[in-house]
This record gives sequence, structure tokens and C-alpha cells, in this order.
Amino acid sequence: MKEKPDVLQGTLALMVLKTLDVLGPQHGYGIARRIEQISGDILALNQGTLYPLLLKLEHEGSIVSQWGASENNRRARFYRLTVTGRKQLQTETRDWKQTAAIIARFFEVKAEDLP
Amino acid sequence: MRFLRRFFIRLSNFTAGRRADQRVREEMAEHLALQTEENLRAGMSPAEARRQAALKLGAAQAIREQHNAEQGLPLAENFLFDLRYAFRMLYRSPGFSLIVIATMALGVGATTAIYSVIDATLLHPLPYPNPNEIVRVEANLPGVGAHDVGFSIPELRDLQNSGIFQYVSFCFFGSENVTGSAQPTHIAGATVSPSYFAVLGVEAALGRTFDPHDASPGSNGEVIISDGLWKRAFGADPHILGKSLRLDNDLFHVVGVMPASFRDQGQTREEVNTELWASDGFYGDDASPPMRSTRTGYETIARLQPGLSPEAAQRRLEALVASLKKQYPADYPPQAEWTFHLTPLAETLVGNVRQSLILLFGAVGLVLLISCVNVANLLLARASARGREMAVRQALGAARMRLIRQLLTESLLLFVLGGITGFAVLFCARKFLLQFVPESLPRLNDISISWGVLAFAIVVSVAAGTIFGLAPAWLTSRLNLTATLRQEGRGSSGSRRSSRLRHVLVIGELALSLVLMVAAGLLLRSFWDLFKVQLGFNPTRVMAIETTLPNPNDPNTDIYRTATQESVFLREALRRIRTLPGVEETAVSDRAALPLGHGQIDLRQRPLIREGQDVQSSQPPLIDTSIVSPEYFHVLGMTLLRGRLFADQDLEATPSIAVINQAAARMYWPGKDGKGEDPVGKRVSVRSRTAKPGWTTIVGVIADARTESLADAGIPQMYFDIYQRPAKFLALYLRGQVDPATISAQVRTQVQAVDPEIPVFHAETLDDVLSSSLSVRRFSMEMVALFAGTALLLAGLGIYGTISFLVHEQSREIAIRLALGAQRSNILRMVLRQGLTLAAVGAGVGLVAAFIVSHLMAGLLYGVSPYDLSTFAGVTAVLTAVAIAASYVPALRAMRLDPITTLHAE
Repeated sequence: MKEKPDVLQGTLALMVLKTLDVLGPQHGYGIARRIEQISGDILALNQGTLYPLLLKLEHEGSIVSQWGASENNRRARFYRLTVTGRKQLQTETRDWKQTAAIIARFFEVKAEDLP
Repeated sequence: MRFLRRFFIRLSNFTAGRRADQRVREEMAEHLALQTEENLRAGMSPAEARRQAALKLGAAQAIREQHNAEQGLPLAENFLFDLRYAFRMLYRSPGFSLIVIATMALGVGATTAIYSVIDATLLHPLPYPNPNEIVRVEANLPGVGAHDVGFSIPELRDLQNSGIFQYVSFCFFGSENVTGSAQPTHIAGATVSPSYFAVLGVEAALGRTFDPHDASPGSNGEVIISDGLWKRAFGADPHILGKSLRLDNDLFHVVGVMPASFRDQGQTREEVNTELWASDGFYGDDASPPMRSTRTGYETIARLQPGLSPEAAQRRLEALVASLKKQYPADYPPQAEWTFHLTPLAETLVGNVRQSLILLFGAVGLVLLISCVNVANLLLARASARGREMAVRQALGAARMRLIRQLLTESLLLFVLGGITGFAVLFCARKFLLQFVPESLPRLNDISISWGVLAFAIVVSVAAGTIFGLAPAWLTSRLNLTATLRQEGRGSSGSRRSSRLRHVLVIGELALSLVLMVAAGLLLRSFWDLFKVQLGFNPTRVMAIETTLPNPNDPNTDIYRTATQESVFLREALRRIRTLPGVEETAVSDRAALPLGHGQIDLRQRPLIREGQDVQSSQPPLIDTSIVSPEYFHVLGMTLLRGRLFADQDLEATPSIAVINQAAARMYWPGKDGKGEDPVGKRVSVRSRTAKPGWTTIVGVIADARTESLADAGIPQMYFDIYQRPAKFLALYLRGQVDPATISAQVRTQVQAVDPEIPVFHAETLDDVLSSSLSVRRFSMEMVALFAGTALLLAGLGIYGTISFLVHEQSREIAIRLALGAQRSNILRMVLRQGLTLAAVGAGVGLVAAFIVSHLMAGLLYGVSPYDLSTFAGVTAVLTAVAIAASYVPALRAMRLDPITTLHAE
């Protein structure tokens, strides 16, 4: 059986920030669902690992959280992007695109292209 | 930034004990509920929906732990856990803990004590601003073997104008008679150049210091007094400035009072506690202009230009010397090799004590090392007993690093508690311990148990705990799980490696203590040799009391100007003292002749011009001179070898005569064939301020005596008759059965009956002088011996512990041997052999190390070779005996082992 790839170290944080940027305030389950949907089940995510990460991002000041009511009127903790978080998202997105572009170019290069 | 913010939030959560466990539980419950609903909607059965939701979430416990770790600081939390556990372990085996703490308290306490002395003497900067700029300048004449000959006034001016120094100052420690009050008092005073306080960089608390640019010749009549003298003699009079006081019959007025915290620079306690400074231009006493060749011999200190290093200054000084030699060739004959040498002041003040202190610190460092090794050994022994505990912890999933951290926390706790205990004992006993420090130690006043010393103690304990706790922790945590758990009761599988390490530790301990014992043995031999040395004079029942005749700046007001004037006073005073009960004989000399006293009070070395050999203009050899009364030689029991001593008919009017010792005869009258010629009848000229020009005839030769230095028998000496050459700084000698407590007052009454203006002070028996001259040596010898004893005790305990443990480990083997019919004496021999092997290897290693150490400390030894065979052999024998004794008890236990009980117990 082929194993699903682990979420790359550090990219999960970027995904969380982007999710909150697109969807606005979300609880943990909502974020997990969204990541799962977009990655198309390719990424295996132990959804629970999201919670320590959320706490870490909160400590770093990228997001804030508060108790609120979920869709079915239960107590849930909602996470919201802060100004710092939005800036962090922008820089990390740019960095990521740069890295991805470099990697992509490496893959395109064939032996005969090299001088 | 983000990292810092995260760290501080975690830190604050940790310190406030804020937990997020409730929050993550609720969040995960909510997550599960939402996922289950989703699954139900997808058509799963309720049970399956819940199962799938839980699977997707992952291991709830691990996530909670991760979450909690993110909330606080897991490293710190674990440390607290470990610490709590370490305290519990400490309580659980109080005997073990007590031994470890006591051993470390001993090691760290002793090291800290010596460190506090070194801190005050060697490490503490001098208590003046920019102390590194202050230097001592010496002039040397290596060509004629003369050292520190002093500067003439023109040379001092050359130094001042050289641009190398900000200020240059002479200083001359002495003592002053303060008269005019009800009781003439005698205080430690200094005569200094007006720039003295500018060199030190200290301002007066009241009034002013001297004007460094004051160029008046001679005394300018100004004095500065210490805070102590101001309070004691003047009742802290706020209007003291401008008031006058009389020093040696000269009138001075006070211009300043130094701050209470001010201590003068100087090597002895007396110098440091100087209470009065008079400024002087150091020339103009007589009408003659200052001559380049008339050296004053005063100590010279200077403050370097800011930013100039002593090395650079030394180079510039050498250039100055070269140009002066060119300019004044007549004054600096090339064969004398006149040079300047510059030393940082702090170094000159510590001087020869540095070596002793470094030796002591080395010795105490070895004691600390041995204590640490002993404790590491104990930790290892305990580690094998805790093999099962470690195995169980590992089986339950504890990581190796985690176990090491826990074990390290335990040993660190023990080491730090030991260190703190040692420091606390030291702090409480500091007054008591300071009594043992010799008074002659420089900067004794500065010794204190300060925060720096506490920090030292803690740093040493932590460092020792880390280094010596790590190896046992490493070995303990490294074990084969299944083997240990299965083998329980027969020792753990790690024990072979750890027992090898323990052997190495015991060998190291034995070697270190051998080194210490050799050092102590050699010091003891040197001390004993010095103590038993043939003095050449007899100090028993002789008391010396000092007195000073007034020494006014204007010679015309001096009522004791000539030898004849002085002899009237001296003869009457001596006659009166002889009538005191118990006094059998009396004599008087200048203070240079005081046996083993410091001869700095006057310039002792004078150029010796032999008739027909030396001429005035060349650089004549220098010789120690002193001035004594005819009875001096008899009172001190010095024997005449040839010629005659001084007699009553030798007076100022009769031809000048001198007596020399054998060393002087050997050195200066070696004869043509080297066999020596008779110096009696030879004529010499020795210049001094009080001598009349002309030749002095040598009339006698006395045997060498160690009056200058116990370690040196043959220092050339020349004695003059006090009734021919007057002296101001005097020592009175009394031989007989006198009470040291009251004699000072009795002598004072008699002397002041002749002249009420003359102070009498500092009564001391020559035996006391002798023993205090040995005090630093005795101190270091006693300390090293104490440390060596401690080391031997610790090493004995170490070998005892190791052999006991070996016997315990091998008890099954021994029982089987016994059951198979082995002789009990064979068992005894077997165990003893193990102890002896350790001792032999330890002694071998130690002997090699001891050779190196004894070579390094050769400078501290006297009369004994650093490779003294008997010391080395004796120490090795003692160590072997201790090793055998320490192995004997466990060996006896092994021999008496009951095979049946032992084998049943397994």
C-alpha cells in the first residue's frame, strides 16, 4: 500500500494561515476540513496535530482565538488572522512561490540544455 | 521577534502555572463531535462514525502532550520534576547524601578559602583609579651586582621630564615621633614627593593633597594625616586644617585628611597603615646642589601616561638610559651597566608571596579533585545498585538522554548542596580562620568572603558536578535491558565497564594524594631545615625594643647631631635599663642591625672603597652596613674569629674602626692565590651621611650569622661603632629574664627619664621575630600538610570503598572457592592483592607527577633537593601502608564469608 505523503514540516502552518485568510474566522475542525478538501485527500493529516500548531501560531502572534458558538450551537474555539499573521502569510507565500519556481525550473532542465 | 514573543509567553505560562489542558480537551471533543456528525451524514453506523472520527484525529494523548509542551517550557518543567525526584532520592539515602555533601563541602570550602586569599592579594586591583598605570621604577647596576640602588635628584627630574610618566614620586616609609602632646607618640609615617597622591590618584577627604608641581627643596612643612589619626589624636576636629604639629621637633601644619577608606600602597601591614605623609623635595638638606651621582635609595613609584603599556614604557626608558649614558659618561661607567626597570605596582606588592599562594591553590585544587573523584566513585557504586531502576525506566520508554538528565540533576544537586555547605561553614568560621593567616601576608586587610567568592564556590560546584556527574550518569544509563532485568541480584551487566572506571578513579585519587604528600613532605623538610639552621647568633632571652631619635630637617637644631652628643644619651639610657629587674645585659644598634628585621628603614647598602683597590670614580661594590654598640656582639652571641671587637676607648675622636663578617672577608679580601688574606688592619672608606671623610680600619672579623636571612648564611656585613657614627633609628637589646608585657613601659620610663621627648615602641623577643620571619613559609607548609592529610584520608576511603564493593560483587565467587576448599588465607591474600595492585599503579603514576610538581616548586624549597629520595620513598611507603590498611577490613570480611549463607542468598 502506498503511504500518503506527510505534511511537510512548516507548510502546515502556511496552509492554516491561508485558510484563515480565505475563509475568515474558523474553528479547528473547519480548518482541518478545508485543508483536507483542497489537498484532495492526498495529504494524510492526523487532524489532532493541528491543535498544538494553532497554539504555537497564537504564541507567535499570527492568530488570536476566542470561544464562540459553532454551527450546531456548541462551544467552539474560533481562530482569526491578525495583522502580523497577514504580513507573515504574504512573506511566506512569496518565499514559497520563489522556492517552487526554482524547483520547477530545475525539473524542466534537460541534459542537452546545459552548456 | 516571533520566536522571542513565543518564548516569553511560554515562560510566563510556565511560571504562572497556566495550563491549556482543559482547552485542548474541549476543542478535541468538539472536533470529534463534528467529524462524527459528518460521518453519520455520509451514511456510517453510529459506532463506525465515532471510530472513524477518532482514527482521523490521531492519538489523543500524544496530541494533548504536544499541546501542553507548546503551552509551557517542557525543559524547565522536566528539570523541576527531576529536581523534586532528586530531593526525594537524597532523603531516601541520607547516609550516602551526607557523605557526598560533606566531601564536597570539604573540597569546595577549602578551595574557596584559598581563593578568597588569592582574590584579595593577586586578583584584586589596587584600590586606586586606573591602577594599571601605576608602576614602580628601579635602577639597577647589574655590572656590579647591585639591585634597586635608587635615583639621584637629577635622575628623578629626567624621569619626570621624559614624557613617559604623568607623575613620578619618591616615597620613604618610616616612622615619625609626634611630639607636643602629653605623650610622645610614634606613628607609621611616610616622606613622599609632592606628587605622591597625584601618582596614586587619590584626593583628600578634607582639605587638599600636596601640590604635585611644588618644587620647593627639602620639606615644605606640609603634612597630610589619615582619617584614623585625625579621629584618634585630634578628635575629628573639623578645623584641623592649618593646625600645626611637631614631628621630630620640626613644625608642620596639616593641609589635608585622607578618606577613611584610603590605604597606602606598601608591602607590609605597617606601610599600608601609614597615618601621616610629609612632603619633601628630597634635596637641599645641606647647601650642596643635588649631584647626579648621589643616589637617594628611596622607593620610586610613577603613573604612566594614559594608554602607555608597561612594555612600551620600558622600551622608552631604555632609550632614555642610553641617551643619559652618552650625556654623562663620567657618572655612568659602562662596566656598571646602569639600567632602569619598571614593574606594575600591584606585582611588586605581592612579590614573593605569589609563588606560595599559587602552590597553595594548586594543592587545594588537588584536594578538590580528589573529593570529586571520591564522589564520582560513590555515584558509580550507587549506580550499579540502581541498575534495575534504570532498566525499568527504560523499559517503560524513557529516552537515554532523559535518564542522563535525571541522573545529572541528582549529582548536581549533591555537588551544589556540598558547595553551599562549604561556603556557609567558611563564612561562619572566617574570623577564626583569618587568625591562621600570617600577618606578613600582603593586603591581608582586603581578604573578605564576598559575593565574588560565593560565585566562585557555586561555579566550582556546578562545574565539578557536571564533569564528575556526567560519567556515572552516562554509564548508568547505558545498559542492556533484558540482561539487567534477568540478571538482577548478580550485579548489572554495566558493572564491568563501571568497575574499570572506578579502578581508574581510585588510581587517580592515589596518584593525586601522593603528589600532595610529596609536596608537603618537601616543604616540611625545608621548613625543618630552616628552623634547625645554625643561626650563628643566639636569639633566646633577647628582647628588642625600638626607639627613634629626633631627626630634624635643620641639622643645627639637632641635639644628637654628633656621636659624642648621642653617646651621652645612649650610655645613660643603657645604664638605666640595666638596672631594671631581670635585665642582665644591654646593647644598642641602628635598626639595620636588628636580626631578621626589614632593613628598609635606612639605605643599608653602601659603596665599599678598599684602599689601593677601588677609587671613588669607579663603581665600587656595595656592602650591607650597620652601626652597633660594643656590647651588641656579646648580647647576640656572635663569635669573634680574628682581631678585636669595639671597645670603650673607641670614641668619635679616635681613629674610625669597623668589624666585618667572614663572608665579607672572603668576598672582598680573597687574596692573590684565593686562599684569603687577613683583612684586619686593612683600610676602607664607606661613605654615609654621618661618616666623617677618611679611612676606616678593619679591626676584627666575626663568624657569619644569619641575621639578614635565614636562608642565606653568607651575606657580607660591615659593622661600625655607634659611638663613632651616630644613628637615628635605633633598636635596644635586653638579654635576661624580663616580662614582655611590662618591659616596654619600664624601658620607656627609663629612656624618657633621660629625654622625655623620645618614644619607645615595638617590643619584641628575637624568638618572635625569628618565628614571624618564617610565618609565610610555615603557613604554606601547614596548609599543604593539612591538604595532604585530607587527600590521604579521602584516598584511603576511596580504596576502602572500592575494595569493599569488589568483595561484595565477588562474594558469590569467593563463597564457591571456599566451598571448594580454598584456604581462608588465600582469600585474604587475593583481596589484599587487588588493593595493592591499585596502590602500586597509583603510586607509579603519582611518582611521575610528583617529580614534575617538585621540579616546579624548587624555588620554594630550602636545603632539600626537589628529588629528595627519602621524601619520595617515605611518602610512597605511607601511601602503601594506608592502601593495605584500607583493603584489610574488606579482605577480613571476605575471609570470614560463610559460603552457605552467601550461596543461599543468591
